[in-house]
Amino acid sequence: MVTLVVKRIGFMIFTMIVVSLILFLLLETKLTGDPATRVLGQFSSAEQRELWREQHGYNQPVALRYVKWLGNFATGELGESIRFKGPVADVMFPRLWNTAILGFVTFAIMIPISLTLGVLSGMKEGSMLDRTISVFGIITTSVPEFASAVMFSALFVFSLKWLPGTSSMSGGFEFKQLILPAMVLIVYDFGYVARMTRASMAEVMTSQYIRTAVLKGLPYRSVIVKHALRNALIAPFTVIMLQINWLLSGVIVVEFFFAYKGFGALILEASLNNDIALLEACAMVAVCVAVTTQTIADIGYTFLNPRIRFS
Amino acid sequence: MNKDQAPVLICKDLCISYYTRAGEIPAVVDFSLTVKPGETIGIVGESGCGKSTVAMAIMQYMGANGGIKSGSITFKGRDLTQLSERELRSIRGAEIAMIYQEPFASLNPSLKIKTQLMEVPLAHENISKDEARQRAAQMLSDVNLPDPERMMESYPHQLSGGQQQRVVIAMGLLSNPSLLLLDEPTTALDVTVEAGIVKLVADISKKFGTSQIYISHNLGLILETCDRVFVMYSGEVVEEGTIDSLFTWPKHPYTHGLFACIPLPTADKNAAPLKPIRGQLPLPFERPQGCYYHPRCDHFKPGLCDLERFKMVHVENSAADHRVRCLRYKEIDHHREVPGGEAKEAIELGKRVLKVNGMKKYYEVRDSSLRALFAGKRIRQVKANEELNFTAREGETVAIVGESGCGKSTFAKVLMGLETSTAGEVRHNGKEISEVAVRDRSAKQISSLQMVFQNPFDTLNPSHSIGGQISRVIKKFGVETDKKKIFDRVMSLLDTVKLPRDFYFRKPRQLSGGQKQRIGIARAFAGNPSMVIADEPVSALDVSVAAAVTELLMDIQREHKTTLLFISHDLSVVRYLSDRIVVMYLGHILERGTTEDIFAPPYHPYTEALLSAVPIADPEVTKREIVLEGNLPSAMKPPKGCPFCTRCHRRIGDICDNDLPPEQFVVDRHIIKCHISLEKLCLVLPVITVPDVSERLHVEQRE
Amino acid sequence: MLITTSTTEMPTAGYGAAFLRALKSFALLRESWVGMVGTFLILFWILVAVFAPWLAPFDPNASIQPFAKPGMEAAKISGTFWLGTDHIGRDILSRVIWGSRTVLIYAPLATLCAYTVGILMGLAAGYRGGWVDDVLSRIADIILSFPVLVLYIIIIATIGASGINIIIAITFASSPGIMRIVRGLTLDLRNRDYVAAAQTRGESDWRVMIVEILPNARGPLIVDACLRLGYVIITIGVLGFLGLGLPPPDPDWGGMVNETRQMAMAFPHMTIFPCIAISSLILGFNLLADGLREISLRD
Repeated sequence: MVTLVVKRIGFMIFTMIVVSLILFLLLETKLTGDPATRVLGQFSSAEQRELWREQHGYNQPVALRYVKWLGNFATGELGESIRFKGPVADVMFPRLWNTAILGFVTFAIMIPISLTLGVLSGMKEGSMLDRTISVFGIITTSVPEFASAVMFSALFVFSLKWLPGTSSMSGGFEFKQLILPAMVLIVYDFGYVARMTRASMAEVMTSQYIRTAVLKGLPYRSVIVKHALRNALIAPFTVIMLQINWLLSGVIVVEFFFAYKGFGALILEASLNNDIALLEACAMVAVCVAVTTQTIADIGYTFLNPRIRFS
Repeated sequence: MNKDQAPVLICKDLCISYYTRAGEIPAVVDFSLTVKPGETIGIVGESGCGKSTVAMAIMQYMGANGGIKSGSITFKGRDLTQLSERELRSIRGAEIAMIYQEPFASLNPSLKIKTQLMEVPLAHENISKDEARQRAAQMLSDVNLPDPERMMESYPHQLSGGQQQRVVIAMGLLSNPSLLLLDEPTTALDVTVEAGIVKLVADISKKFGTSQIYISHNLGLILETCDRVFVMYSGEVVEEGTIDSLFTWPKHPYTHGLFACIPLPTADKNAAPLKPIRGQLPLPFERPQGCYYHPRCDHFKPGLCDLERFKMVHVENSAADHRVRCLRYKEIDHHREVPGGEAKEAIELGKRVLKVNGMKKYYEVRDSSLRALFAGKRIRQVKANEELNFTAREGETVAIVGESGCGKSTFAKVLMGLETSTAGEVRHNGKEISEVAVRDRSAKQISSLQMVFQNPFDTLNPSHSIGGQISRVIKKFGVETDKKKIFDRVMSLLDTVKLPRDFYFRKPRQLSGGQKQRIGIARAFAGNPSMVIADEPVSALDVSVAAAVTELLMDIQREHKTTLLFISHDLSVVRYLSDRIVVMYLGHILERGTTEDIFAPPYHPYTEALLSAVPIADPEVTKREIVLEGNLPSAMKPPKGCPFCTRCHRRIGDICDNDLPPEQFVVDRHIIKCHISLEKLCLVLPVITVPDVSERLHVEQRE
Repeated sequence: MLITTSTTEMPTAGYGAAFLRALKSFALLRESWVGMVGTFLILFWILVAVFAPWLAPFDPNASIQPFAKPGMEAAKISGTFWLGTDHIGRDILSRVIWGSRTVLIYAPLATLCAYTVGILMGLAAGYRGGWVDDVLSRIADIILSFPVLVLYIIIIATIGASGINIIIAITFASSPGIMRIVRGLTLDLRNRDYVAAAQTRGESDWRVMIVEILPNARGPLIVDACLRLGYVIITIGVLGFLGLGLPPPDPDWGGMVNETRQMAMAFPHMTIFPCIAISSLILGFNLLADGLREISLRD
């Protein structure tokens, strides 16, 4: 077990290094176009670009630049943002925090609902409840986030006028402004998690050890809670950890739409404005979060599964 | 067994059907049964006869689409079909308990053994947790599990198959049920492990007074465990009786046919071959008029047997309660028939075709635990095959016998070129093949050494037609190149395996298990091989189907004089069709010789235990009982000395643990690898004693 | 009984037969109403895309005077403009109809590319094992460790936005997931006896993978393909919405929402109809996938 944890963490670090290399090659070298042109625009002159390159140390050997760059990263020196005209760190961390709040609210509502409904529909496969939840889940995962954002806005902002149309929090934190972004995320992801849970539960319910438990004469509640859930919830746990990875994608659209000052909108702005330093920093952070959650999911799955834990 | 007490279970005129989208499928038609206290009843039949459905019906757990159409099931005076869910729950586990076919799948992988055991009495009786714990530990030792305390704290995957099944049996017995249902409890287990479980089951009635219903397809197992037996065919009981009367004087043609399909010690592949039952089991909605068995019956009388359904009748002049469902049983004299089918000619053996000399195959396994890292032993070896030596001649059938983990599959893989050997040599037709992988072999070499696989359901690619698959083999081996000629050859192969020619266009999905296995045989023989390896070809098939496929294999072998390497764990079949036997255990050959040599003393102790474990469906054959204790060692940590030392009942001392035993020559080509001296081994009594024909009971009856 | 006559014909080679078999399997769909609804939705949009030139009342890129002038109230839903016009006077109905072409060309193409790459990688990783598997799996893990949209943003930011580039980006981002699925199926199937039978015949590795293993993986893969098509359509829509998609002025449903978002308060019809269009198409694929899964389970 210990070896597994060590191995996973080792792989995590390896992934981060490879990703940093890829990002470096893509954005900081001539591989996909001149960085100077990207930053200064197409209409800049050759001299301007040369000057810029000199200024920013682009004429040194690649390997040296990479090591320096990585070193800077590791020590927290993330460079300057062109778009926001300030240190990247000052811009990124508050935004990260905002997204964390949004994510927390989303998960706090979505996870209990989807787990419960998933378990209930898996228990009674084929029943009316199961079919309703399944179809509802399919419908909600068929509507892209921007589409549901549009429709919810039309309904709650323009028609009923219950909620504000943007969530820029310009007057300080207001919970009301979180509702629409969270709702879009919740509705979309609920379908996926509920169906994964349902599938896991349905599979467990048809297994032979559940038949054994029933034929031992155990009360139904004991069969479900003690025997079924313990095995059925292992897969959804991993799925939920991986939803954090999905969240980092989903928030981009939602934050952009509702002008919420979060991490996702930041990544988008960085890329649309060719703000290289910002884009790199955001990408590294995003990948770091994703890889960490994947590692936790892997380790957790191993821990929860006695077959692997005690082998 | 108390004959005067009230019966525990009465099934009366039971009709069970499944209701699917395709309509009603009658699974069980007219089933009646009575179980007295302390009695063990056997229900025997082939797949599709409805025996498992009956068990599920007794437990009232038939799933969403199964239902009892008519009839009643009375348990201790109460009609089970009328009880509420709550009342059923109080009966299940406490009064009626069930043991299943696959022990690992039946245990919850995430809960400890003690939790799963203690649940039973805690749910049904008003006892404290401590008392439940004590009873659980006590029961584990009652089912002969060593170290109950450690077992309680384990998870199911940490136990072996035999141990898991014992745990399931303990779980069933914990609340002292009156009735125990056992649904093929040993099918998934090795032979020697099976023997232990069978002995346990046989003792349960004596120890605990529980009545049992034992469901199986194996008549030999029924003989060893049961008092009375019911034979089912196509959803109904065709004969019932005590073990003695039914096994000695079977009255129904189907029962008689079943016995003729089993390779009993009296069968001989040339002089008295198996007699398969012709025809096929009818599908549930295609059952014939009148007697369901009449299309396949040799004693069919038109106008009598195909008119109306009829009930069971009591057999005259027989023991109490011997009943049969046959209108002509009085007129049929089974003893007038020749036992076994027509005699066939024995093959003359030719020159030597295969020579295995000191072959070794070791696998490397990386041990990634921290302990191994520190000890510097990261790469370990699994010694799958260790110093194999034997030969085979043209036309000979050599059987390789052993249980799981003995290395027989590895050996087959090396022969076929899927693996290469680590040391030693194997010569086929003079050419060395053990170090030559398949892709380096010539087409001629490949086509002359082919294999028939074990699992009929996986042996054919489900996505391609039958004809296409066989054609591909013919083309690949270069037997024929012209399209028309290939087609003709496929047709002739289909004829050889006795299948209709229009199967060419069918997909495997449309074939039964036996038919698929025949195609597997056709495919193996498509290139006229000089040697065929058959890896447990009939283990997964029903008794009558297996007999037909076995006979087919024998016929083809006779015609082409092919050498057959027959891998199996079933010593009855092995005794029937092999000329020579090689006994393997943990990668070593412990004994080899002709069939007569192996089945008579001197034995290697493992052979002795194997022979004792084989269920034989002949009540007049006596067997000595040998039960092995101890565990199969892990393949990565085999014992330093003799591989069998951890379980051997004749272990003589430390020499067995430390030194590899020498090969002792009893006669030329009969070798035993043991430390015990040959003189002592020759003094051992035979394990299986088959009475002479003149001493047999049924002959007496004829006079 | 044996049919011992020479009238047993040799089988005729397969494309016609294969097509008929495919049609027959569609008939199976009748058993699942969910699948039927899905198929109907998909067919609807396919027909719309195919007959776009005849169905669309106006040129999708033409600004209809007098609605094109800034400040002029965009046409509401009326007899002429069934779905109204957008902020520069283009007929929304026509744009929605033509937009279906865009989606239904790029999405299947991208999915097909992703599947080709993913299947080849997955078969090789699952069948060969060893270092091939290690390397391919690590690559897949690394690509999958990026949050999906972040990956797209980075790719599009570096290679630019165009039709081909979107297909490349989608292939790059989707093939690891497909590779994982195919690898899992291959690991399971390669232990079957019929694979061993092919190996002992001396068949080459690629033949075993493509002829013996792949056809038996088609069940789960077809279901996944439907789901993935839906997902790719979402991706194309989202990229269009974020401004990273196909360059204007060609109508692209996501782009349509992006362009008219600012006016949604006053003219909701500009944003809602493309949303309904894209959602219904994706719903079609998801329902079809669910129906297919139901049917395969029933077998």
